Amino acid sequence: MINDKNSQKIVDIIQNWARKHSLFVLAYGTGCGAIEIPPTMTSRYDAERFGIRGAATPRQADVLLITGYLTTKTLKRVIRVYEQMQDPKYVIGFGSCTINGGMYYDSYNTIKVLDKYLPVDVYINGCMPRPESVISGFVKLQQLIADGKGNGAKEYKENLESYRANQKKIIPNWVMPDYNW
Amino acid sequence: MELTLNILGAIATIVLAFIVGMSYGGIVRKITARIHNRMGPPWYQNFIDAFKLIGKTTAINHGIMQHFGPAFVMVSSIVSLMFIPILNNGGWFTNLNFDGDLIFLIYIMVFGPLGMALGAGQTGNPNSAIGVTRGLSQMVGFEIPWVMALVALMIQFDTTSVTGLMEAQHETGRWMMFTSPFAFIAAVLAMLGMFRYSPFDIVGAPTELASGPVSENGGKYLFTMMSSGSIFAFVKLTLYVDLFMGGADNLIILVLKTFALYMVPVLYGIVSPRYRTEQSIKFFWGWPTFFGFIAILYAVFV
Repeated sequence: MINDKNSQKIVDIIQNWARKHSLFVLAYGTGCGAIEIPPTMTSRYDAERFGIRGAATPRQADVLLITGYLTTKTLKRVIRVYEQMQDPKYVIGFGSCTINGGMYYDSYNTIKVLDKYLPVDVYINGCMPRPESVISGFVKLQQLIADGKGNGAKEYKENLESYRANQKKIIPNWVMPDYNW
Repeated sequence: MELTLNILGAIATIVLAFIVGMSYGGIVRKITARIHNRMGPPWYQNFIDAFKLIGKTTAINHGIMQHFGPAFVMVSSIVSLMFIPILNNGGWFTNLNFDGDLIFLIYIMVFGPLGMALGAGQTGNPNSAIGVTRGLSQMVGFEIPWVMALVALMIQFDTTSVTGLMEAQHETGRWMMFTSPFAFIAAVLAMLGMFRYSPFDIVGAPTELASGPVSENGGKYLFTMMSSGSIFAFVKLTLYVDLFMGGADNLIILVLKTFALYMVPVLYGIVSPRYRTEQSIKFFWGWPTFFGFIAILYAVFV
């Protein structure tokens, strides 16, 4: 019965509702944007009322938050963290630096477009984005999940070769364990 | 027929413990948020989290013990739940009571953390290993006043069964928190460590140890840990109510008494920062152990 298409749809709706209201966030403080996370989580803006909660390890997290610029050195660690996370997982690109490099557009040492290396579900614009816009980004992600469109992880698995090729261009000495989800 | 009824009673007990424990967790999150002057999540947030965690894939494999660790915790919680009288008159809840079950409970209540220690050890995560050592050290700390309080009760009322102690309270008509006050103080101080709220949250320590022993457990494992933790919280609270507060005649009184008792570690925790491991052990080997001694002397000589 559970393989029936319509029942699967109902299960998906219920599960997506739960996923939407319970986002465990791994805030990977790569850049200066990380300073906007504490005000978002604490009394004034209180992200916990949306069910958003900090997770300490990638194993427990649902959302990977890339806060700001990503140096080529950090990229390797971020990829490893992302691949340790369990499905369903989402990525939020935080700040202008993840969209087009921002003020580091001509830096030799940072990556410019995050989407080439990791599947980003939601971008939050700004340098830096205020807590209001961070929360609005999370609400956008919640809408995507409720509509069943937060499929970044699926995309990543399907296009793994092209993502890997891009990643290996940046990281010359690729010594990483293989994950087979 | 009787077997079926017993199994149904056991299932009902587990469901009750699960629902009450998880709701308490949610209410605690709400209370914490209100004290921080926040809105906070809804009280049923823990149920949503649990439901989401079941739906996550769990493709982590570090070996057999890693899979068994959360199961050990769950088994320990449920077995100790089966030996706790939920209500005074028993009702349809299971109670596998026998003479000396209080001593058995002292053992079985540390079985879960030990199983978890084995499971966390195999993940190979250094944070897990540090969390486990801290947890076991802290357990050595709070188990001493806790066992001393129980031994004082056993000496004073000359019985080693939980139901025996409850009957003794009914005969005298006074709660044990009044007839043996020092044991109660020692036990409540030990409870602060048992619930692992601040300042004794040295095991989890999210910002320092990345949630400690559970740092490699996501998805279904985390759900198992979370639900067994909730059941275990209910077990401990009910045991305290049974031993020191005269048990409960119906579920409403049980919920009121356990909730009032639960607020002791919670409210103390919200306003406290975190201790270091040695500070925590020093705390438990100080005043709580002293009150435990006094309780035993009181039980023997008064």
